[in-house]
Amino acid sequence: MADFETPELKEIPVIPKIKEGTMAHSKPYVAKAEFQEPLGYPGELVENWEEKAIEKLGELKGKYRSLQVYLDACVKCGACTDKCHYFLGTSDPKNMPVARQDLLRKVYRRYYTFAGKYFPKLVGAIDLTKDVLDEWYSYFHQCSQCRRCSVYCPYGIDTAEISMAAREIMDSIGVGQKYCNEILGKVFKIGNNLGLPQPALADTLEGLEEEVEDDTGVPIKFPLDVKGADILLVTPSADFFAEPHVDGLIGYAKVFHEAGASWTMSSYASEAGNFGMFIGSYENMRRAARRIRKAAQDLGVKRIVFGECGHAWRVAYSFLNTLAGPFDFLDPNYPVPQHICEYTYDLIQQGKLKFDPSENDHMTVTFHDSCNVARATRMGDKPGGQLEIPRAIIKTVCNNYHDMAPDTIGEATFCCGGGGGLLTDDLMEIRVKGALPRMQAYKEVIDEFGVTNIAAICAICKSQFSKVLPYYGFGMTDIVSLHQLVSEAIILSDAPADDDEDDE
Amino acid sequence: MSALSVIYALVFYLATAILIIGLVRKIMQYANTPAPLKIPTTPAPVTTSGVVMRMASEVVLFASLFKSNKWIWIFGWMFHFALLLILLRHLRYFTDPVWFWVTLIQPFGKYAAFAMVAGLGGLWARRVLVERVRYVTAPSDHLMLALLIGIALSGISMKFVTHTDIVAVKQFFLGLMYFDWQPLPTDPALLVHLALVALLMIVFPISKLLHAPGIFFSPTRNQVDNPREKRHLAPWAAKLDAESGN
Repeated sequence: MADFETPELKEIPVIPKIKEGTMAHSKPYVAKAEFQEPLGYPGELVENWEEKAIEKLGELKGKYRSLQVYLDACVKCGACTDKCHYFLGTSDPKNMPVARQDLLRKVYRRYYTFAGKYFPKLVGAIDLTKDVLDEWYSYFHQCSQCRRCSVYCPYGIDTAEISMAAREIMDSIGVGQKYCNEILGKVFKIGNNLGLPQPALADTLEGLEEEVEDDTGVPIKFPLDVKGADILLVTPSADFFAEPHVDGLIGYAKVFHEAGASWTMSSYASEAGNFGMFIGSYENMRRAARRIRKAAQDLGVKRIVFGECGHAWRVAYSFLNTLAGPFDFLDPNYPVPQHICEYTYDLIQQGKLKFDPSENDHMTVTFHDSCNVARATRMGDKPGGQLEIPRAIIKTVCNNYHDMAPDTIGEATFCCGGGGGLLTDDLMEIRVKGALPRMQAYKEVIDEFGVTNIAAICAICKSQFSKVLPYYGFGMTDIVSLHQLVSEAIILSDAPADDDEDDE
Repeated sequence: MSALSVIYALVFYLATAILIIGLVRKIMQYANTPAPLKIPTTPAPVTTSGVVMRMASEVVLFASLFKSNKWIWIFGWMFHFALLLILLRHLRYFTDPVWFWVTLIQPFGKYAAFAMVAGLGGLWARRVLVERVRYVTAPSDHLMLALLIGIALSGISMKFVTHTDIVAVKQFFLGLMYFDWQPLPTDPALLVHLALVALLMIVFPISKLLHAPGIFFSPTRNQVDNPREKRHLAPWAAKLDAESGN
């Protein structure tokens, strides 16, 4: 299947002994000029790149308190060293969060601190050289910005902040990552990560309507660009095509249908994801986010609801108001934006949805907390709602549910291994190895409780799992969308009477 | 007055100035650098009083470290709280008359030095014995531990082995504070102790000891989780809005 070995799932997970350099060869394709320039970056490595990079680092640490404080504050206590899934899966010590940060911190110390300027050897400060840049490119693309390390750091040092800054520095000197930058270009040009133009999108949604009507006998709509609709749904474009994503989209549509809601999607803002976050670019993240504001204004909607996507929900929940607010033109009775899980959960609370959870009896489900949702957002009005609400929905629509081990879920959740802009085939090895801790926890609940499926609310997690589950001997269709479970169990009140006997 | 007393007097003025000016500059830098995005690690408090509680549990109990690694937590907490007790106890050498509560903690403060050494020893052992920690350790990390242990051991030797003329030491420091210089006793343990303390004060603002002010400015810990309720906008980001006409 590939030219690397899939790690073995052990009875009891162990912290590996370090093996230096095991992942030094891993690097994603570099973005060509055509993908760099639309984002405002030079097309190739600029001439005086050392100087420019140091200058950019200085600029960023002046703009981001997180970066300045986190570069200074680490005491090398070692608390984070066994927390990163990429370290646990690869044994490469540079995948320990502190060591990953040190790649940048050593350079920061050399150029910006007294100790590093005059006693570099003593404090481990180094000059920025081509070798250092190569290491940056390799190891800052082995971080999924999942923030698990940040939970355990006594100072809350967030490696995501460091790797975002490092990627922004590299972009600014002409060394960008093809996957992220090409995708952002598509969003700016067409409106979504897949590069799906309006006619193709309309066609796809029409096809979905037919398929769902055939299946249920109910004319469930997938409206696009409907002016004057109440709700704008912004969902990851993978939901239009990929499996199991699209089953989630069908689930949202059924929920909207049952609620009798007036809703629409937008072809202009047909992407919830925002890769501007992955590359640490405030400007590009803002530019992508403002498409959603414009779509909401142009369509004259009252509310914005986001589909299942982890980093998208982080940008939506935590950053959208900052990047594209204020949203005073929307209905003040609802938070802006809302998550589809909040929407569905509210309807369940109000008793507006009816379910037959036995429709999901062929499954025993566990839930994978997506890193960005769990550690960087909230749902509902109480802290931790982002962990409780999805579980509450699953337990409403499924009879068989078991959590994975407590130190692998909730705020301690392990990344799927494909987040942070790593969901590309040229990084398959690190993706498979980084999935090890999650696969381990999944195996435990399979063995103990006979779990058959793992549900998620993130487009990246879903794509990543369908790719890596087989490497570990699990079925690629084990991964399901949360709203796919909703979709299976929901009772459509206007369904034809003989629907129950329909075996499809 | 001996040359030695003059040198120590000058060194302590210098060290104090570097410590205060260095720390104030760093704190100003942290305070003046905007945090443009809401990045608390969630679940996070949704109110300011909740954030105060969260920060207190980090600073007083090392809550995140407790979640992370019990060994580092035990050693780290033991060291820091022993150090706090010892510092408070040392207030008796800078106040006349000695404050009531400082007298009260004196007996505990005396023995805290052993806890401090034990905690530091544990942390140092991890640095050497745990492969992962050894990998991320720079020479300065060892020196910092050596410096702190040196301070503790020289202090212990004065308290429990060869007493110094503590009344004279107090006169010396009160003299420094009121610009009325007094001679310093010259026994080696005291001179070593004071030299190392001065060194610690000097390296504080240019080293990893900045974690002390740093934690209070850590956005993942000090931000309120309310981005939907309240628009959070950094001044430099507001300029982008102004340029795009919104």
